[in-house]
Amino acid sequence: MRFVTDRRTVTALRDVSMGVEAGGFLSLLGPSGCGKSTLLRVVADLVTPSAGHVSVFGMAPAAARAARTLGFVFQDAALLPWRTALQNVELPLEVGGTRDLQRGAPTPRELLKLVGLEGWENSYPHELSGGMRQRVSIARALLGGPRLLLMDEPFGALDEITRDRLNEELRRVWQETGTTILFVTHSVYEAVYLGEQVLVLAANPGRNAAHVSVDLPRDRDLTIRETPAFTSIVSGLRDALGRGH
Amino acid sequence: MSITADTLIDDPGLKEAEAAHERARRKLAWRRRLLPVAGILSMLLLWWFLVYILEVPPFVAPSPVAVATTLVAKWPILMENLVPTAIEALAGFTLGNIVAIIIATVFVHRKMMEEAFFPVVVLINTIPVVAKAPILVLLLGNGMEPKIAIAALICFFPTLVNMVRGLESVNPQAMELMRVLSASEREIFFKLRLRNSLPYLFSALKIAASTAVIGAIVGEWIGSTTGIGALIIQSMYNFDSAMLYATVIVGSAFSVAFFGAIIAVERLVVRWQPANPV
Repeated sequence: MRFVTDRRTVTALRDVSMGVEAGGFLSLLGPSGCGKSTLLRVVADLVTPSAGHVSVFGMAPAAARAARTLGFVFQDAALLPWRTALQNVELPLEVGGTRDLQRGAPTPRELLKLVGLEGWENSYPHELSGGMRQRVSIARALLGGPRLLLMDEPFGALDEITRDRLNEELRRVWQETGTTILFVTHSVYEAVYLGEQVLVLAANPGRNAAHVSVDLPRDRDLTIRETPAFTSIVSGLRDALGRGH
Repeated sequence: MSITADTLIDDPGLKEAEAAHERARRKLAWRRRLLPVAGILSMLLLWWFLVYILEVPPFVAPSPVAVATTLVAKWPILMENLVPTAIEALAGFTLGNIVAIIIATVFVHRKMMEEAFFPVVVLINTIPVVAKAPILVLLLGNGMEPKIAIAALICFFPTLVNMVRGLESVNPQAMELMRVLSASEREIFFKLRLRNSLPYLFSALKIAASTAVIGAIVGEWIGSTTGIGALIIQSMYNFDSAMLYATVIVGSAFSVAFFGAIIAVERLVVRWQPANPV
């Protein structure tokens, strides 16, 4: 993946390979500028790679996007300020060829309930806290039951307490929906707590530095972060991040 | 999460705090209403006092009392002349803003058009209104048309600039979201860009509301027998300062009413707070 600018050509990603099995949870961990967000945008067909191959459940990214296989959660909740929480979640039904929800698929109201926002349906984004806005954005991404959820540092701008709580809830949502998640973060703790797998990227150019399986129980709460197993995975990842320089 | 809007209402001191807040709010509201009135009254008093003390002759400057008397005595003539000016200003306002919104839409979707024609727009805007007026009178004759054209031209530029900005300054992540959702250009325009531009549009419309009236008046200065502008010129040549001031007051009052109407519409339409305050 290259970006050509007036001053220089930047190779954002080189020889990166990764895979995540259906229903899996892969954390992409790396320092700023390692191209982890770019990688996510390649998968979502937001940027086209200059070379390489991406397959989303056997489809090219463009086809996967058109088929609404993907949900994307941005760092900024990217809610439309003139729409209520509920109307924001309903947006995917109104654009890109209006479509009805499949029978039995969770409705916007149910999704807001799933992310813990029952009773806030008619609030406007400016009436919600940062964490609540991000919950709305997760509900919006889940509408229509995407098979792959791409998350680009969604909790990066939140305070630690909110972030911890949302981490727990994201694990629960992942287990309840069975969707596959690709989660970009630069927090080692977040990567290990959330992921079943962690892919470490190194910067300049972005490349694979390590791929670690997180051998922790499926049912986790935040106390797992105090256990020796967790700590040893974390220190292993810190080593990998250090070697990347 | 267990916090809902209902569970928050269970606090003993709540009622009093809310009452105190309400009292403070009302006091502030009255202050905001009364202070401007006091300011205007004091200036009127100063004006009257200066005219009286310096013994300014009536053909130079009238006293506020003389202006008030003229306002009442000449009310029918003033209103008769306000009508054409108001029509010209409103028609010019409507025309200029609609054209500006359409061109802004084209500019946003066809960058090449913006690059080619934006400099032309800037160039036309640099011509002063008083210079544009004779050109348009020659082109369009002596009727309402040149006045409407001037009012439209004067509204056009701020709306075009603000509208282009409003349509373009959408949250980049919201744009990416639209792309992930495979939204069409049309959907992006109506669901995202247009809504996003409304606060920008209204700041331009507020400027346009007063400048449209100025445009119509300036248009009437050149070869017109009716309208606020014509009345201004006539009273100046007649050294009828009281009539001149009364005419100016009527013109300003109309501008203020127009401006107020735009604010009222804005409050109805733009009910959200911008995500990224400008």
